[in-house]
Amino acid sequence: MNAMMLCYALLIGLALPLGLYMGRALDTDRSTVMDRLFGPVESVLMRLAGVDRRASMTWSAYLLAVLKLHLLLIGLAWIVFMSQGLLPLNPDGIPGMNWDTALHTAVSFATNTNQQHYSGQAQLSYLSQTLAIVTLQFLTPATGLAVLLAITRTLLKRQTTNPIVGTNTTIGANATVITNATVSTNTSTTSAGRGVGRDSVGNYSVGNYYVDLTRIVVRVLLPLSLVVALVLVWQGVPATYQGAQSVTMLDGGAVQVIPRGPVAPMVAIKQLGTNGGGWYGPNSTVPLENPTGLANLVETIALLLIPVATLIAVGVISGRRRLMMGIGAVMIAFSLITTTLIVVSERQPNAALAGLAVAGSPNLEGKEVRFGSDLSALWGSWTTQTSNGSVNAMHDSFNPLGGLGLLMDMFVNVTFGGIGVGMIGYLLYLMLAAFIGSLMIGRAPELFGKPLETREMRWISLAILAQPLIILGLTAITVAFPALTGNSNPGFHGLSQVLYEYTSAFANNGSGFEGLGDGTPWWNLACVLALAVGRFLPMLVPLAVAGWLMEKRTAPQGRGTLSLEGGAFVGLTAGVIVIVNLLGFLPALVLGPIAEQLTLP
Amino acid sequence: MAMMQTHEASQGLRVRPLTLLGESLRRLNPRSLARNPVMAVVAIGTLVCALYTGMAFAEDGGQGTFALIVTLVLLATVLFANAAEAMAEARGKAHAGSLRATRGALKARRVTKSGEETVAADQLRRGDRIRVIAGELIPADGEIIQGAGSINESAVTGESAPVLREGGTDNSGVSAGTKLLSDELLIEVSVDPGESLLDRMIALVEGASRQKTPSELALSVLLSTLTLIFLIVVVTLVPMALFVGIETSTVMLVALLVCLIPTTIGGLLPAIGIAGMERAMRANLVAKSGKAVEIAGSIDTLLLDKTGTITLGDRRATEFAPCQGVDLTRLREIAGVCSLQDPTPEGRSIVVLARDQGATLDSPQNAEVVPFSAMSRVSGLDFADGRCWRKGAPNAIARLVQEAGGRVPGGFEALVERISRHGATPLAVLEGNVLLGVIALSDVIKTGIAERFQQLREMGVKTVMITGDNPITAAAIAAEAGVDDYIAEATPERKLELIREEQAAGRLVAMMGDGTNDAPALAQADLGLAMNSGTQAAREAANMVDLDSDPGKLLSAVEIGKQLLITRGALTTFSLANDVAKYFAILPAIFAASVPALGGLDVLHLHSPQSAVLSAVIFNALVIPALIPFALRGVRVHAASASAMLRRNLLIYGLGGLLLPFPAIKLIDLLIGPLF
Repeated sequence: MNAMMLCYALLIGLALPLGLYMGRALDTDRSTVMDRLFGPVESVLMRLAGVDRRASMTWSAYLLAVLKLHLLLIGLAWIVFMSQGLLPLNPDGIPGMNWDTALHTAVSFATNTNQQHYSGQAQLSYLSQTLAIVTLQFLTPATGLAVLLAITRTLLKRQTTNPIVGTNTTIGANATVITNATVSTNTSTTSAGRGVGRDSVGNYSVGNYYVDLTRIVVRVLLPLSLVVALVLVWQGVPATYQGAQSVTMLDGGAVQVIPRGPVAPMVAIKQLGTNGGGWYGPNSTVPLENPTGLANLVETIALLLIPVATLIAVGVISGRRRLMMGIGAVMIAFSLITTTLIVVSERQPNAALAGLAVAGSPNLEGKEVRFGSDLSALWGSWTTQTSNGSVNAMHDSFNPLGGLGLLMDMFVNVTFGGIGVGMIGYLLYLMLAAFIGSLMIGRAPELFGKPLETREMRWISLAILAQPLIILGLTAITVAFPALTGNSNPGFHGLSQVLYEYTSAFANNGSGFEGLGDGTPWWNLACVLALAVGRFLPMLVPLAVAGWLMEKRTAPQGRGTLSLEGGAFVGLTAGVIVIVNLLGFLPALVLGPIAEQLTLP
Repeated sequence: MAMMQTHEASQGLRVRPLTLLGESLRRLNPRSLARNPVMAVVAIGTLVCALYTGMAFAEDGGQGTFALIVTLVLLATVLFANAAEAMAEARGKAHAGSLRATRGALKARRVTKSGEETVAADQLRRGDRIRVIAGELIPADGEIIQGAGSINESAVTGESAPVLREGGTDNSGVSAGTKLLSDELLIEVSVDPGESLLDRMIALVEGASRQKTPSELALSVLLSTLTLIFLIVVVTLVPMALFVGIETSTVMLVALLVCLIPTTIGGLLPAIGIAGMERAMRANLVAKSGKAVEIAGSIDTLLLDKTGTITLGDRRATEFAPCQGVDLTRLREIAGVCSLQDPTPEGRSIVVLARDQGATLDSPQNAEVVPFSAMSRVSGLDFADGRCWRKGAPNAIARLVQEAGGRVPGGFEALVERISRHGATPLAVLEGNVLLGVIALSDVIKTGIAERFQQLREMGVKTVMITGDNPITAAAIAAEAGVDDYIAEATPERKLELIREEQAAGRLVAMMGDGTNDAPALAQADLGLAMNSGTQAAREAANMVDLDSDPGKLLSAVEIGKQLLITRGALTTFSLANDVAKYFAILPAIFAASVPALGGLDVLHLHSPQSAVLSAVIFNALVIPALIPFALRGVRVHAASASAMLRRNLLIYGLGGLLLPFPAIKLIDLLIGPLF
């Protein structure tokens, strides 16, 4: 437990300065010294890409730009994976992938999921790994954060506030004289001084996707990855373009082929960018990907570093520090709850080993003895909270309640969540809570003083509905035709495996209860659907809602309006998150991990 | 806000049980059900269970009884929801209907080019002119274009004191069903049949034709989504359960679905909307649309006319201020005696104040009353013995003093100014050529109005007083009443300008008005409340009309709007929070037969799977009628800040909704357990 608490403390200690830095470096409304430092690189990159950096986009243009770029990237990656056998940088002569596995892999990496229905080192060439995979591992977290920046500018950034109504309690002191001649002073200003506004033709701008994307990659992801990669190389992670190495074993002289490659840089962005797709199939359980205790600590902290720092950055950019503190408090609370559940669960012995010599020990089945149960459980918890999905232990072998915690993390998916998208997902719940909260104080529903009406609610509802529809729907179809599942376990655990796979895809997590024969066209295509809907709907609906709200009147905030910062509202939002997820997924959880736990011998 | 009188059932609005049952059954037709997706799902679930019951009885009787009971409970759930809507509608219609009945068979005397003809009231068209003679009922809504008369409006407002209505003034509007007591009027009809205020009122409370309000629509979207989510949850449960080797019972799954979807709020939502309209109606506020009632709850700024809303209409004497060297009792006596013959409210108030302060006022002997005139601006008494007493405007009295050879005392000017500055009107008193002092006539703030504004401020509503007074007087009254802001020397243009400024700052503005020149501002305001006595232009520009013509009604409108929204929010929260307990009752019951270990989730230790499921559906059904009075009456609204209100309501409806079903379901299980 102490190690766990130390990791939380270290995480917050590092995220704080990073968040403050990101808030300044990414805010397009202020010019900083970072502009002079990174500006030249960025303008070269944007000129190469043929992007007009001064163009401002409406919310719909921004949304289309995101979709267009991703379609292009998916197409390119798909082609590269299928034809890698014919392409250079393939010293080990790895052949091209099946069309369906290649499509799944392309979509999986383009949605920041990195769910792998293949084994990295054996099925991807160096070109595929570096060009296709690593490019996406940089661009997808940057996209999540970019969309969050657009929403922050549009919805969260404080506008010039009007004086708060009726805070004075003394009578008369606040009665300003208004006569025919003098216009009252407190009603004049409207929306001057906010970062976004109408452009010359009267459209509301939310920023420029390409500028945001470039800034995030150049100013945040690249420097951080460099630091982490160097540490990992120092700790012994390979970084080479030479092919696999053959080693003669000490015992009996057998020859073993050890795959290598530019592993360290990829592992760095894999951990930092809530990506999760490792160089090696077994991910960070492999000593070459995660060699030492220090490497494990660095990789563990890297899981949550940017998602936590993002909250601080949004607070800096929007000026809504108290709001972000409330949100951070809910996330930390959720994080501690599931982490504790998983850590405690994994300290219990594995029931399958009852009666054996190791019976009294914690559940070390599927875990690296180097890390032990606590650090494996902590990694498992954080990797599912952040939609990272890398592993340093096999989730399939967690005790049932540990598996339950992992699933709950992914259902909620806003306990920090993926970079950018975690906070965006939280906003979706916040909108729902604001709707109910407004009614409870007797006002027509509004968010930050802007009316939430039927159009907004229709889309918010759709984004919320998509999760049970996709996850439960696909799980039900798959288990209804057992031939499709191809799983290694029958019964409760078998159901958990299927449920986990779709949940991981929809949550853009990428980890798995391995043991599924998931390289089939059914699994690939079903997961493609879950991946795409789970990525784009919850990410883009809040952008659209923010765009619609921007065009509406803003009621000044005061005593009579819903405060999103107060404890009651923070609690309401947490309640909405719990209720929506618990009520939607409890039956499936009962039939999966809970039944498994209760029927343990 | 200790407001919202609960209305008594004694007002002839109680619905007979048989009628109610009939109405509830009539609403089972698919078209009515389709208006409410949540209840439609319950109805389909009922059908499924009914079919299953039939099949079960055909095979063997064992499971049939259980299925039959579930079917009946589900049917009752739908009927309860129907009954809630029917009750709300019946109350609303009864109120509007009693108004409409008064003019059922009215005859009208229509004025045509060739003379007059007698027609039925429902033949009248907009623009027709009708003549009404004292003693007759006015047959249609309209505006007086010629004549003046006193009218008994009790049929509409319940207030029996007659009111004066006159053509060409701001009090020219008349309503159908009211009775002309004196004189003769020429009235221009302002509405076509079916469009009168009463017709609009009735349309707002009739379930079938009722337009949903904006936030009701948005809430319906959310409730439909939740229903769909639970439908997905329950349907996908079947193959998942089969995969792990559990056969699920269709009846139990339908029961689970019905318990999970938000039936409580879904069933009561129409009733809440209708009841909100009906509460407005009961306050004699006629909304032209449901939206107007709803928007009232979100009002940020209230523009209030000073006279009638903040102050009583008349000024009252509040102080006798003698000049230097004058005896206070002398001033009091002369001022009082001078006022004995003065019939105006101001005059009477001087007498009352003098007597309150201990003066004994005897009627003057041998004196002639000098009445007030606009020319002299003084009034008083001329005694036979030559003495003369006067009271009047300070500068007029000062001139009289000088004409009579007297001297204006040094402190007089300062005295007059001091009284003006406090928002009062000074009235000087003269005995012969000696200036005795000044009476202060003050605007009297209505009792309780300052507390009311304080409550509004608590709720974050800004109040702006509008008055034609000069800025000094206005400031004093504004300070005393505790409004947040005021406009002195207000003109209709200035009102319109202020509304636009407030709206540009994102606020929703409400105002009340009656004159034709108020019409643009009434139309511009988010909530424009016209007095029924006002001109046709004002009544048309407004989106709500107050039959009582009471300027204080704006406050009631805000309260009714808030209450409507809070009732919806509270029941939504309650309904969702209930689900947790129902899960704990039903889920173990569904699976316990196949996987006994899952019985560990049965925290309530219910008697048997059957009684657990039944207890949950029975609770789910009973909670609807239990909450009908609550839906019809509305949540009690307290004057508090938004965050205090949120905390309170979350605690009651959120936490309460979470906890209450546990003991309730256990109790039902204890009662019915022995049967299963």
